[in-house]
Amino acid sequence: MKNENLYNYILGIADNSLILGQRLGELTGHGPSLETDIACTNMSLDLFGQVRSYYQYAAKLKGGDATEDTIAFLRKERDYVNVLLVEQPDRDFAYTMARQFLFDVYHLLFLQELQKSHDITLTAIAKKSIKEVSYHQRFSTDWIKRLGDGTTVSHDKMQEAIDSLWTYTDELFHQTAADKAMVAEGIGVDVTALKVKYYSLVNAVLEEATLKIPESKWFQKGGKKGIHTEHFGYILSNMQYMQLAYPNMEW
Amino acid sequence: MSEEQIKNLEKQFEERIARDEKIEPKDWMPDKYRQTHIRQMSQHAHSEIVGMLPEGNWISRAPTLRRKVALLAKVQDEAGHGLYLYSACETLGISRDALYEQLHSGKAKYSSIFNYPTVTWADMGAVGWLVDGAAIINQVPLCSTSFGPYARAMVRVCKEESFHQRQGYEIMLKLTQGTPEQIDMAQDALNRWWWPSLMMLGPTDAESVHTEQSMKWKLKRKSNDDLRQQFIDQTVPQAELIGLTIPDPDLKWNEERGSYDFGEINWDEFWQVVKGHGPMNKERMKARIDAWEGGEWVRDAAMAHAEKKAERKIKQAI
Repeated sequence: MKNENLYNYILGIADNSLILGQRLGELTGHGPSLETDIACTNMSLDLFGQVRSYYQYAAKLKGGDATEDTIAFLRKERDYVNVLLVEQPDRDFAYTMARQFLFDVYHLLFLQELQKSHDITLTAIAKKSIKEVSYHQRFSTDWIKRLGDGTTVSHDKMQEAIDSLWTYTDELFHQTAADKAMVAEGIGVDVTALKVKYYSLVNAVLEEATLKIPESKWFQKGGKKGIHTEHFGYILSNMQYMQLAYPNMEW
Repeated sequence: MSEEQIKNLEKQFEERIARDEKIEPKDWMPDKYRQTHIRQMSQHAHSEIVGMLPEGNWISRAPTLRRKVALLAKVQDEAGHGLYLYSACETLGISRDALYEQLHSGKAKYSSIFNYPTVTWADMGAVGWLVDGAAIINQVPLCSTSFGPYARAMVRVCKEESFHQRQGYEIMLKLTQGTPEQIDMAQDALNRWWWPSLMMLGPTDAESVHTEQSMKWKLKRKSNDDLRQQFIDQTVPQAELIGLTIPDPDLKWNEERGSYDFGEINWDEFWQVVKGHGPMNKERMKARIDAWEGGEWVRDAAMAHAEKKAERKIKQAI
């Protein structure tokens, strides 16, 4: 495929939003309050909206029978390249918000750079998404503070969530071959350059939330190479169910 | 206040309603009016919130991205409707927490239709088309009900419900244009949702306890049986248009009445579900109670945090 690097690069961005959107969508109707329920559904909607823009662009690059849906639903587990962070399950609201926060801080930094891309489609998607993701970050940051500096119970739950998910943060800054090729062409974002700022922003919020910054230097990786956690197959079996059970139909 | 003064107030109150004036939360109102509105509006709010569950059940499995986004938006709208309605209820002096308590204890009811399971994707179409369709028929007259906050909430709710209904019908339309398997799926969903949708418009007039008073306060403008007939007359041609068959062998156009005659509704089933013995009553309540109880520590933390913030602000000011 011509533009194979660009195609893979787009999946590298969009798969994160796809899987995080899917996770958030699982919670609809089960939130701790109506307001948080609406907000989480809204973030899921934003992310799927972004996913559609990215995959429609990717489908155009791929040509043939490719559509946003074949890309979203008809790949095998090793072909999805989202980071491990976004596929982590919703153990409780602290986990959901910690996962969201740790991703949102990265996501916003990433989009702020992507809007400078030489690729005008990516620039346009980034500009639109920044508005949405700024809200996501504000929402998740507020909840890190509320739960961290709330009651003893909420503090402990939030600390546990941050401690557990911390191991997945470093992967956000790993470069794939497609990343490197796109950075060289002025299209992609050099994620390695976002790392210092990311941890300084995250740490500042954790401190304000009276949470300890995890000291572990051991990090998990693999998602960007399609090697996922054991949760991932279940996400796909849910998400792909209709397309696999009723192949080649219009919905 | 003397009995005569109260009678006088009641008379003025009824006259205001008769003149189509809106009653606002701070206006004087008879206690029965207040209680009836709390009951009906909270029942409506609970139906929105419980109604999120059967459709939420398909969000993770929606067949395409477009359908997934539309379903998310729809269920989110329902949460929004719940929020307006609980807020409108709160203007009558009851808290949302107390209303939840009534739902969880079984004291308050919600629409029985949500006690049926959504077993295939076509149910997303049938629920939107039939359940939202029946809801609109119930709710449009409420846009001009006498209690201001309820009437205003209903204007917005009805606009969104009407969109949901078209969305549901469009899902059915697409299925009926598809493979034989998809057509069967659509017909099967109609077969399962048709009768419960008719029941959703409430018991027959002879058995409906609240109708007379509610008519006077414009909480109800047509009887259950009239609404049901309107729903059937409106829906049968829609089914025909997409080649689906209404599962009622007695359904027949009555030239004289200008309406459809229809078969007997199984009211035993209706009362069984109302009394808590429908296929999903227990699961729906468990999901709501789990969300509420499981979220208590989150709500407590938010309160504690807000108090700490306020204290810090005061200290800084000193």
